[in-house]
Amino acid sequence: MTEKISFRSTSRTFDVGGKPFHALQSVDLDIADREFVTVVGPSGCGKSTLMNIAAGLIEPTGGEVLVDSRPVHGPSPERGVIFQQYALFPWLTVRENVEFGLRIAKVGRTERRRRAQHFIDLVGLTDFADVLPRMLSGGMKQRCAIARAYAVDPQVLLMDEPFGALDALTRVQMQDQLLATWGTEQRTVMFITHDVDEAVYLANRVVVMAARPGRVQEVIDVDLPYPRTEAVRLSPEFTRIRNRVWRAVYHQPVQEGLSR
Amino acid sequence: MPTDLRPPPPRAPATTRAASPPRRGLPLPVWNVLAVVLGLAVWAGLARAGVSGLPGPQEVAVRAGELAMDGTLLDDGLASLRRVLIGFALGTALAVPVGFLMGWYRTARGLIEPYVQFFRTIPPLAVIPLAILLMGIGETPKIFVIFLAAFLSCVVSTFQGVVSVDKTTINAARVLGAGDAVVFRRIIVPASTPFILVGMRVGLGAAWATLVAAELIAAQEGLGYRMQQAQIYYDLPSIFVGLITIGVLGLIMDRLLLAAEKRLTGWQERR
Ligand SMILES: Nc1ncnc2c1ncn2[C@@H]1O[C@H](COP(=O)(O)OP(=O)(O)OP(=O)(O)O)[C@@H](O)[C@H]1O
Ligand SMILES: [Mg+2]
Repeated sequence: MTEKISFRSTSRTFDVGGKPFHALQSVDLDIADREFVTVVGPSGCGKSTLMNIAAGLIEPTGGEVLVDSRPVHGPSPERGVIFQQYALFPWLTVRENVEFGLRIAKVGRTERRRRAQHFIDLVGLTDFADVLPRMLSGGMKQRCAIARAYAVDPQVLLMDEPFGALDALTRVQMQDQLLATWGTEQRTVMFITHDVDEAVYLANRVVVMAARPGRVQEVIDVDLPYPRTEAVRLSPEFTRIRNRVWRAVYHQPVQEGLSR
Repeated sequence: MPTDLRPPPPRAPATTRAASPPRRGLPLPVWNVLAVVLGLAVWAGLARAGVSGLPGPQEVAVRAGELAMDGTLLDDGLASLRRVLIGFALGTALAVPVGFLMGWYRTARGLIEPYVQFFRTIPPLAVIPLAILLMGIGETPKIFVIFLAAFLSCVVSTFQGVVSVDKTTINAARVLGAGDAVVFRRIIVPASTPFILVGMRVGLGAAWATLVAAELIAAQEGLGYRMQQAQIYYDLPSIFVGLITIGVLGLIMDRLLLAAEKRLTGWQERR
């Protein structure tokens, strides 16, 4: 497999009260083409910073990040981003939100309509295509954000705790839907979460980060078959990997069955 | 595919009516009308009781009729309205681009902000003597101070609107391929519209407030001028006609802007 995203000794310091703060220190990480990687770690360990650097929204202060072997400078529609806070355009309807990127790409009217409709249907917002975001529930907003990101057909999806604000049931539905579309469209996904179960359930590999300074603590392979189902979630193998990730996140052993 | 087809949450009412008890009895406008009638009755009562030469509603209505018949009311109203509208239009027309400039370019902000902040501390009325000396006693100084009042209120809130646009919203546009021009046109402008409209309403209030004072000084017509004249002749009914006309016109303009605001910013989440 070829590398899609490569972090090369990527560092980022912030100036906090006159002193440099190492949000990320020399991160080396390769994400393969069409791989689904999840990133977990304690709050403030630099997960969002890492993702924003890959998105081109933050410049690294040291090292670099390559996408398709080219250094990233600034955002591009090649790399779709889904933010935790949905970040919909509240003055545009669901359809207009989804069409936003297509409009910028100068996709013609009929084609734009068709593609937007396809992704609106895909995320189940057909009946809400012409309402404003304020009329949507949290889960529906996030689905709209996903449709908007999909519509421009990015090769890479960067997702920052996208399901963090959702209730447990909606969250599971969204996870399954995400895996279903990933299975058919095979994009490269970098998915940040603070939920260890979610990290294991979705990923090919789980990247565990540690704080102060922000760094990659451990990368754990998830040797579970796709499609992931309820049966996978309940398998002893899943539990074993989940506990391993859990230990890596909290640097301490946990007893079987006592997680969460 | 999740089948989350729950009905949308009920549309939040425009006002914070949710906090008030469930609606019972008469609708709100009926109460409004009742309040006006009651107010008039109290006024009439006070006038009848002979409160130091206070004219009653009938007297004022009769004077309003006279002034309307001989055309002075219309002429004065139009003269005042013209000044306010020209000053207000010029003020906002300049304030919006300047506010955008200040919010968008750091340099522009650094250059303009000291002036805006400084002139904001001076009541526009205090500029009148200077304006009259520099611009004579024609229409120019009056329109200028109204312009200044409207400009200063509107420029600040436009600027506030631009700088308070959510960074994530801008980033969301950028990752979809938007460059500076698109971000400005399709994110900054709509996102700061609510602020601009609030600024316009405040600006209109300021313009209206400045008008009368400006007309008290060297004007040949206008509601303020007419009230000034009435004061000299101890003509209380005419003063009341002037006051009520100013109030009604101000209210109508404010309602128009409010309607525009509702239409243009109905997308906002109400908290
Ligand atoms: N613009 C900034 N200025 C100063 N410090 C910052 C800035 N952005 C991030 N940081 C700091 O860098 C560290 C990492 O932040 P980041 O948002 O990447 O954490 P995170 O892992 O995403 O946390 P969470 O799980 O809470 O979202 C934090 O300690 C934060 O305070
Ligand atoms: Mg974060």
